[in-house]
Amino acid sequence: MTTEALLTVQGVTKAYPGVIANADVSFTVGTGEIHALLGENGAGKSTLVKMIYGLIKPDSGSMTLRGVPYAPPKPSAARKSGVAMVFQHFSLFEALNVAENVALGMETPPPMRDLAGKIRQVSNDYGLPLDPSRRVGDLSAGERQRVEIVRCLLQDPKLLIMDEPTSVLTPQEVEILFKTLRQLASEGTAILYISHKLEEIRALCDAATILRRGRVVATCTPRDHTAREMAELMVGSVLTPPERGAKQDWPGNAAALQVTNLSVASPIQFGTALKSISFSVDKGEVLGIAGVAGNGQDELLLALSGELRSAPGMIQSFGENLGARGPNARRHKGFVSAPEDRLGHAAAPDMSLVENAFLTGNIRKGLSKNGFINWTATRDFAERVIKAYDVRTPGSHVAARALSGGNLQKFVVGRELSQEPAVILINQPTWGVDASAAAAIRQAILDRAEEGAAVVVISQDLDELLEIADRFAVLNGGRLTVPRPVQGLTIDEIGLMMGGAHGMEVAHVHA
Amino acid sequence: MFTLEKRPTPSRFWSAATPVVAVLLTMIAGGILFALLGKDPVVAIRTIFWDPLFGEFAWYLRGQLFVKAGPLILIAIGLSLGFRAGIWNIGAEGQYIMGAIFGASVGLAAFPTESRLIFPAMILAGAFGGWLWGMIPAILKTRFNTNEILVSLMLVYVAEKILSKAALGFLRNPEGAGFPGSRNFSSYPAASNPELIAGSGMHWGVITAFIAVIFAYILLQRHILGFQIKLAGQAPRAARFHGVNPTRMITLCLGLSGALAGLAGVFEVTGPAGQISIDFNVGYGFTAIIVAFLGRLNPIGILLAGLLMALTYIGGEMASTNLGLPSAAIQAFQGMLLFFLLAVDVLTNFRIRLFAKGAV
Repeated sequence: MTTEALLTVQGVTKAYPGVIANADVSFTVGTGEIHALLGENGAGKSTLVKMIYGLIKPDSGSMTLRGVPYAPPKPSAARKSGVAMVFQHFSLFEALNVAENVALGMETPPPMRDLAGKIRQVSNDYGLPLDPSRRVGDLSAGERQRVEIVRCLLQDPKLLIMDEPTSVLTPQEVEILFKTLRQLASEGTAILYISHKLEEIRALCDAATILRRGRVVATCTPRDHTAREMAELMVGSVLTPPERGAKQDWPGNAAALQVTNLSVASPIQFGTALKSISFSVDKGEVLGIAGVAGNGQDELLLALSGELRSAPGMIQSFGENLGARGPNARRHKGFVSAPEDRLGHAAAPDMSLVENAFLTGNIRKGLSKNGFINWTATRDFAERVIKAYDVRTPGSHVAARALSGGNLQKFVVGRELSQEPAVILINQPTWGVDASAAAAIRQAILDRAEEGAAVVVISQDLDELLEIADRFAVLNGGRLTVPRPVQGLTIDEIGLMMGGAHGMEVAHVHA
Repeated sequence: MFTLEKRPTPSRFWSAATPVVAVLLTMIAGGILFALLGKDPVVAIRTIFWDPLFGEFAWYLRGQLFVKAGPLILIAIGLSLGFRAGIWNIGAEGQYIMGAIFGASVGLAAFPTESRLIFPAMILAGAFGGWLWGMIPAILKTRFNTNEILVSLMLVYVAEKILSKAALGFLRNPEGAGFPGSRNFSSYPAASNPELIAGSGMHWGVITAFIAVIFAYILLQRHILGFQIKLAGQAPRAARFHGVNPTRMITLCLGLSGALAGLAGVFEVTGPAGQISIDFNVGYGFTAIIVAFLGRLNPIGILLAGLLMALTYIGGEMASTNLGLPSAAIQAFQGMLLFFLLAVDVLTNFRIRLFAKGAV
C-alpha cells in the first residue's frame, strides 16, 4: 500500500524549560498509509503532532511534505497544505448545530444550505451518519467526533492526524470509525494515528513509530508483534498485570454501599441528570462502571462523594442513610473519593502537597484538633503518600500544579487509598498515567478491596474495568444498567450494554 | 518581542519583592508627575516619605501615623479574608459609616449617664452595625445570586445618605445651635476613645487593629477556617470537595469584614473624629482595599502596608500644604501604588522571556 513518502520528519527536536519533549525524531509516513504514533503519556506524541500541525515550532530539524520543505507557521498554513487534525478534546459549541460548527472551522464557509448538503454527502460517503441541523449539545461523544472528522474531510486532506480518537467511543463506534479510516487510506489519504490502545493499532495500522521520553525507540509493523511486546517497547521494561488475592466472604449482611433510585439534577451546564440509579456494593467487591464520557459519570461521583446531595435514603452505607450528608460526614463513615479532574477539583493547583494532603485527609487521619491544623502530622501523612505511591516530586512543599499529570494522579489516588477506607469511589483512576504507574494504582485498589473495602471504579477504559472489576455496569444517559458479573462477559455484550453505536439507525436509512 | 511564561511554582522571591519594587516604581513615576507639575521631585518625595518620620515635626506626625494606620489595618484585615476566599467586599466604607452611626447612637442615647459599660456597648453596637451592612450583600448573593461587588459598593452611597440624615437630623447635637453634627464625644468621657499615651497616637482602635493582625495571622496559618478561606478562593471546586459550604463562607467573610469595618468606624467617631458629621468618613474603607492588596492579603504585610499608606497620607498632606501640590496629584500618587503593585505582581506567577526577532 505504501508507495511514496508523503511526510518526512527529519531530526526534529523541541525542548521546554526542564524537559526535552522531542529529541532528534525522524520518521516517514507514506501516501495512503495508516501510521501509528505510539507512546505513553509524556512520551512526546502530542508535541510532535502539534509541530506537524503548525501549532508549535521545532527548535531544530526539518520536515518535508510531498517532497517539498514543510514548516507551517500556523495551523491554517498546515490546513492549506492538506494537513488536518482531529483533537482528543473537541472544540465544538454545544449551543450551535452541526453545520454551524463546521462553518466556524472553515476559512471561507459556503452558504449554509450548500454546506448542509456537503456535510450529508461526506457523511454518507464515509459511513459517518450525521444530521447537519442537530444541536451539538444533544449529540453523543461519538457523534461529536464525527462532526470534527467531517469538518476535516471537507478540506480534502492529504494527511489526517487523529489524537486518541477511540477513547470516547463504544466498541461498535470504533468499528465504524475504523471502516471510515480504511476507506480514506484506500483513497490515498495518509493517517497519523495516535493511541496507546495496542489491540486497536494491531487491527488498524500499517506501521508504527514508538516514542519513549521524546525519542524514537522503535519502528515496527504492528501486525507482526503482540500487544505485550509493543507495550514493553513503550515502557522500556517488563510489565506485570495486577493480581487479585482470593476473594473473602465478609460477615454482616448490610451492603457497604447501597444506592436506591438515585435521581438528581446535574449541577453542571449541559450535564446529565442521574435517573433512578440503583446498585449495591458489598465489602471487598469492585464494581466497574463504564460509559462514554458525559453520560453522568461526573454527576454520579459527586452524588456518591457528597458534593451533590440527594434524598437521605438514596445512598446508604451499612444501613445508615447518607444521601443528604456532606462530604465530611461521609468521610467519617469511611468514604474516600477521587474525582476525575485532579487539578482544581481533587487538588488545589497552587497549594502544596502538604496542604493538599490536608484537603481530604483531615477527617480520617485526625490532622486537626479543635479546628487547629497539625501541620507536622499532615506533612508526615503527605510524605508517606509520596513514598508509598512513588510520586516523583522534589518534596512535599511543592505546589500541586508543578507535578506532571501522572504524578499528581498517583498522589491523589494514594492520598485517598491511604485513609483505611471502607468505601472507595474513583473516577478515571489511571487517566493520563503511564503504564507501570497505572498497574501500581490498579494493584493498590485491589489490595484495598482485599482488605474489605467496597470499590466503585468509573472508567472509560474497558480493559481496565475488565481487569479489576468483579461486576460491571454501564452508565448511559444518566441511567445505569443492571450490574453483571465480569466473568463470561464478551466485548459484544459490553458494546450492547453501552447502547451500541449511537445513530446506527440513521446510517441504515441513508445507506 | 517578549512573552510571559507561567512559572511551575509561584516565586517566593517575587512574592516578597513585589511591594518593594512597586513602591520604588511609584516613587519614580510620582517624581515624574510632580516634576511635570513644576515641583522638585526629590523634595516632594522626601516630604512624603521622609519628613513625617524624621523631619522637623516628626514628634507629632509619628503619632498621627498610628491614628491613620489603625482603621486602615483593621478594615484591610477583614477585607483580606474575604478577598482570599474570592468574595469581593468593596463596600467597607459603608460598613464603616454604619458602624460609626450604630456605635454613636448607643453612646448618644446614654448621654449623660456615666458608666463603664457604655463604651464597650458602643463598640459592640458598632461591630453589629458594620456586620448588618455586610450581611445585606451576603444574603442577596446567597439567596438571589447577586454580585456582591455591585451591591456592597452601592450600599456605600446609601450609608452616606443615612450619615447626612444622622448628622443633620436624628443624631444632631440639641445644644449645637443648629450646626450639623452630633455631640462631641471628647466632652463625654464615658463614651470617648482618647489617646492612651499622650502623643503616641495610640487609642483602642489601634490596639484592636494590632490584635486583629495577630488573630488573622493565626487563623490563616494554623486554623482550618483559614485553610478553607484560602481554598475557596484558589480552587472553588476543590473547596466543595473538601466540604466547604459556599453559603456559609460568603456569610462569614462578608459578616466578618463588615464587623471589623464597623469597629473601625466606631473607634474613629469616638476618637480622632470626635463626632458624627456629614463627612467624618474620609475614605478609609476604600483605601483599605489598596492596603489589603499592597500587603499581599497577608496580615503582617497589611500591617506594614497600612503604615506605609498612612505615611503617604500624612506626607501627602504636608506636600500639599508646604509645596502647594494639588490634592488630586497626591491621590493619583496613591493610586499609582496599587497600579504598580498589580502590574509587578504578574512576576510572581510568570516570568518574562525575551525572544529573538521573528520567532513566535
